[in-house]
Amino acid sequence: MSRALIRRLTALSEAHEAAAPPGVPGPREPSSLVVEGSLPAPVVLADRPDGTVVRAGRTVAKAHAPDCDAAALAVRLRIAAHPRLHGTLLPPLPVTGPDGHLARYDDGRPLTRWPYGLPVAPDDPDGAPWEDAARLLARLHAVDPETLPGPVPPMRGPAKAARALARMRAASIEAVPSLAAAARTVAAGWAALPAWARDEAPAPGPGLLCHGDLHLGQLVRYPVPDGRWLLIDVDDLGVGEPGWDLARPAAWFASGLLAPEVWARFLGAYRAAGGRAVRAEGDPWPELDVPARALTIQTAALAVAKAAPEGRPLDEVESALVDSCARMVR
Amino acid sequence: MQCPKCHAPMHTYNRNGVQIEQCSGCRGIFLDYGELESLTRLESQWSQQAPPPPPAPAPQAYPAAPAWGAPHHGHHGHHGHHGHRSFGRMLFSS
Repeated sequence: MSRALIRRLTALSEAHEAAAPPGVPGPREPSSLVVEGSLPAPVVLADRPDGTVVRAGRTVAKAHAPDCDAAALAVRLRIAAHPRLHGTLLPPLPVTGPDGHLARYDDGRPLTRWPYGLPVAPDDPDGAPWEDAARLLARLHAVDPETLPGPVPPMRGPAKAARALARMRAASIEAVPSLAAAARTVAAGWAALPAWARDEAPAPGPGLLCHGDLHLGQLVRYPVPDGRWLLIDVDDLGVGEPGWDLARPAAWFASGLLAPEVWARFLGAYRAAGGRAVRAEGDPWPELDVPARALTIQTAALAVAKAAPEGRPLDEVESALVDSCARMVR
Repeated sequence: MQCPKCHAPMHTYNRNGVQIEQCSGCRGIFLDYGELESLTRLESQWSQQAPPPPPAPAPQAYPAAPAWGAPHHGHHGHHGHHGHRSFGRMLFSS
């Protein structure tokens, strides 16, 4: 963790907090967390190579990945702030001006500022807002990219999958023989994917507006604590194959990790909302097969990459994904 | 897997519990050992039911799954990892 970066993010967050007049009705934390006349202590919500997030009261500030394409991120921020995405994506807060949603850290990393939203409770996956997530995706996929600020960048799902494979290949797996075997299986599944899913060719078809990295950490309620659910994290948003946004739950279900009832709730809500990534009824797997294979492989590759430095074999959940990879190529 | 006839890649689908490979080129279908018998069995079950009862949608039907999916054994056992801590983290990570 870079203390200087945390300080910068805290300052960015607190500047907005301090600017907001006290006592204004609207998006407020439960009052116990906001002490009149003083700012709440900042909290580091995430500190990973691909992003650091600090919260101060009702505001969070994020430092994006050092290799982030700032020009593409600027377009993604304008999309998140666009009226067409109102009620679907959490809009960013201005940083440098009314339309300026992006500042730069000393090392060039983009910094952004957002209202704090309440995340999904981590201990109750069945109670998670699966239907809301599905409806938000259906709404997102219905937005015509031509009507948005552009140029709308490509959805980064395949690029992230390729990056996961690169991480797995760079990991030292020799110390644990079962990891080496798992890595071979994952690599074989990867080789069997079509080139577009490996980020080696453009995606077929015109593509739709996609989130690009859907999981339960990408949903917040705003305003807290009982506002509507919104999608956050636009770093991978763009035009692409919309099945990618359904592919993580699809992969979890296919690998026996997500209860079939929960998958049926999610898919049913997506279809009921007119979602365009899959046919309206019948077997959705012709559309989901390639993206769900890619997400299964991506998650398995990251599991191998994370287990390697810990010198441990995969746990049963991670192994279930590698088993799926094995069935893809048998 | 490649099509033995035209060498285009073959994709796997699950139809009524029977796994079939279909060629993306010539649309030819490849059946594994025992799958033809499974199809014949399904067909005979269908013809025995004549006149067929109205096809009531089965709300409890198991959702369609890909051929590479985990084998499932009814509603119990399939999601044995459900609630596992490792899966709990996976639900929230990129």
